[in-house]
Amino acid sequence: MSRAVEESNRRMLRARDAMDRAYTEPLDIPALARIAHVSPAHFIRTFRATFGETPHRYLQRRRVERAMFLLRETDQSVTEVCMTVGFSSLGTFSRTFHAILGESPTAYRKRAVSSVVPNCFGMAYMRPASLPDGGP
Amino acid sequence: MLNKIRITHVFVADQDEALDFYVGKLGLEVADDIDLGFMRWLTVRVPGDDPDRVILLEKPGPPAMDAQTAEQLRELIAKGASGFTLGFSTDDARKTYDELKAKGVELTDGPTEQPYGIDFGGRDPFGNHFRVSQPAGS
Repeated sequence: MSRAVEESNRRMLRARDAMDRAYTEPLDIPALARIAHVSPAHFIRTFRATFGETPHRYLQRRRVERAMFLLRETDQSVTEVCMTVGFSSLGTFSRTFHAILGESPTAYRKRAVSSVVPNCFGMAYMRPASLPDGGP
Repeated sequence: MLNKIRITHVFVADQDEALDFYVGKLGLEVADDIDLGFMRWLTVRVPGDDPDRVILLEKPGPPAMDAQTAEQLRELIAKGASGFTLGFSTDDARKTYDELKAKGVELTDGPTEQPYGIDFGGRDPFGNHFRVSQPAGS
């Protein structure tokens, strides 16, 4: 029996864990591909086939989840939050936030209610789903 | 009325490899390792914990499930789909993290201060996620 899918999944999970850990750093596809023992082009394709979204989108949702947390639980300005979670431009941050959540960081902050949950659950369950037309 | 949790369960693709990991690296101890003929009943526990509280390390496969289902299960676990599998506690999260790291355990995130304590996470060889917490105030 082939164990190829299981092994591929396990390597992709290792790369995904590395993204979750270093989410504030720029997306480094070559480094992630090395963790997964595949070529960079193959990495993006296989990641998407395994997890249903590109590495880029996965990382964006991770960062937006952290941004939501900071907007909700701290007094950091939107610009500070943007930099803290790893975006280098406020424009990209606002556009990405809006594309995923359908509202601006400021609007989210206004309506959000504080909710502290264990971090690992926050990471998994409070990460925003992409909107249906949110692109890849 | 129910009065305790006695047995919890984790699917492992290989029971020998699971022993190497859970006993050899995480430092649990074997509670039962019995060949029942149709299955290997393999349980581990945290040394010093309630002796009745064990984790069953079950290998998915025939006769309990068909080979294809077992294969699908292994593939899902390998991509992290078993979710939060085990939560342990410790007196010193940072020290435990360093010890596990030195043993080559795959750790997903480092010790982090949370409102409920200091915690970190890792994975067993198969993809099951475990977390270790040093509860606040301990």
